[in-house]
Order: sequence, then C-alpha cells, then structure tokens
Amino acid sequence: MGYDASGIKLSNIEYFPGYAITQHLGLVQGSTVRAKHVGRDFMASLKNIVGGELKGYTELLDESRQEAVDRMVAQARAVGANAVINVRFSTANIAAGAAELLAYGTAVVLEKRG
Amino acid sequence: MGEIIALGIAVILLIVGFVFGSIGQSQHYRSIKIREFRLRRILLFNEKMPPAQYAGQEFTLVCGSVIMGCDYFRQMIAGLKGLFGGRLGSFEAMLDRGRREAILRMKEDAERMGANAIFNVRLETSTLSFSQQGNRKGDKGLACAELMAYGTAWRAPADADANHPQGR
Repeated sequence: MGYDASGIKLSNIEYFPGYAITQHLGLVQGSTVRAKHVGRDFMASLKNIVGGELKGYTELLDESRQEAVDRMVAQARAVGANAVINVRFSTANIAAGAAELLAYGTAVVLEKRG
Repeated sequence: MGEIIALGIAVILLIVGFVFGSIGQSQHYRSIKIREFRLRRILLFNEKMPPAQYAGQEFTLVCGSVIMGCDYFRQMIAGLKGLFGGRLGSFEAMLDRGRREAILRMKEDAERMGANAIFNVRLETSTLSFSQQGNRKGDKGLACAELMAYGTAWRAPADADANHPQGR
C-alpha cells in the first residue's frame, strides 16, 4: 500500500540526486493509537488455529499507519513544506489490544535542479 | 466427561491446525516463489544514496506489511521444543514467509509507480500483544508478529538498460 500524501513527497532517504533541499523546516510527526474490535479479535484467534496471515490485523495496521502518515503530512503542509524526508516508522505496544503507530520525518522544501 | 470433551477439542484443533497449516504454508510458499520471480527486475538496496543516474527521477515511499500467525500445532511443537532449546522451525518458517510477503508487497507497490529500484530498504519486526484481551484460552497469547518492509522507490532513468545500477 502506497501512502496517499496528496502532493507532499515522502521518502526515507535524505540525499536526492537531481534535487536540491532549499529549506529545512524541522521535525514533523504523526501518531495514532488503535485497538481492534472484539469481533475482529475473535476472528483472528480462530484464524490463528490454522496459521498464516491475519488479514484483519494487517488491514487494521495499514489503516492506522496511513492515519499516522496523514497527520505527519498535515503538519508538514502547515509549515509550508513540499516533502518529508528521512521518514521513520515505529510501533509500540501500549496495552493489550492497543498499538501506537508513529511516523516521523524532516519537513523540507525540495526543488528540482536544472 | 468434561475432561474428555476438552481433550477431544484440543486434539481436533491440533489436527485441523496441522492439516490446514501445512496446506496453507505450501500454497503460500508457491505463491511467494511465483511473485518473486515475476518481480525480480525491481532491485532492492539498503544503501541510502541512489546513484547519479537516478538524478531528477520521480521517487516515493513504498511500504509492505503483513501480520503472520503460527498455527496451533506448530505453536505446540515450538512450545515443546522450547524446553530443550535449539531451532524453532515453526517460528522460523512463519517469520520467513512474513518477511518475504512484506518485501513482495513493497515491490508490488513500487511496480505500480513504474520504479525499477528501491533504495534504503528497512525491515522491521514487531510483536503485537493483540492477544490477551480477546483470547478466551487464558494466559497463552497468539503467536503473531508484524513484518514490515519500507523503502524509497525510484523510477527508472530514461535509458534504464545502459545505466543499470548493476552495471556500475
């Protein structure tokens, strides 16, 4: 799943051949804490009898990570950036059944050279 | 009587887990191999700097993630194996499948934007304590892990074959 960043470029590298970073605008970050509903949880424990991918959880985490990215992108737009570079993801367990998804990066103004 | 029923359920779960787990695993590996072959032209690097040939090309963040579980039978085998130590083949297979699946999803993402290389690939594994809350079986949680791969995909330079990064 590619992230829909609506106009803001995302990347996890910090050196871009053919582009120039004209302005650094500081760290931006977005996070979300999500839990799944009991029904999904129950289905997942059934699915785990036979193993394999737990699709319900995969979807849940994908949605949550997209939301974290959305919030990061909103911050970047607010400071007037057109790209977020050096994006990192991290996941933390808050409590049983809840996970925090965090995305952070550096907001910059990136321009094509020549 | 109650114990016999409980034992019977456990045995049935083990058999179901073993049969369907094995079928699922071999089907998954077959699909992984086919897709890996189809996507072999997309190159992965975990170095940060794309070579100069990619100057000015489009790039984007691509990502693939999957949560893999381990079937009931293999979990039990791993539990027994854990008493003696050594390799836990069940979990090795689970993580291997998950990681290859995550990389494939990332590559499929890159393919959609017409990229031919992904730089700064990072692989992450996290365990999620999704289990305790919904698990009716008590202390044992789900054996599951999230495998995630992400990187920056770059669109091929105009003269892709001549400037192929492998030919540097």
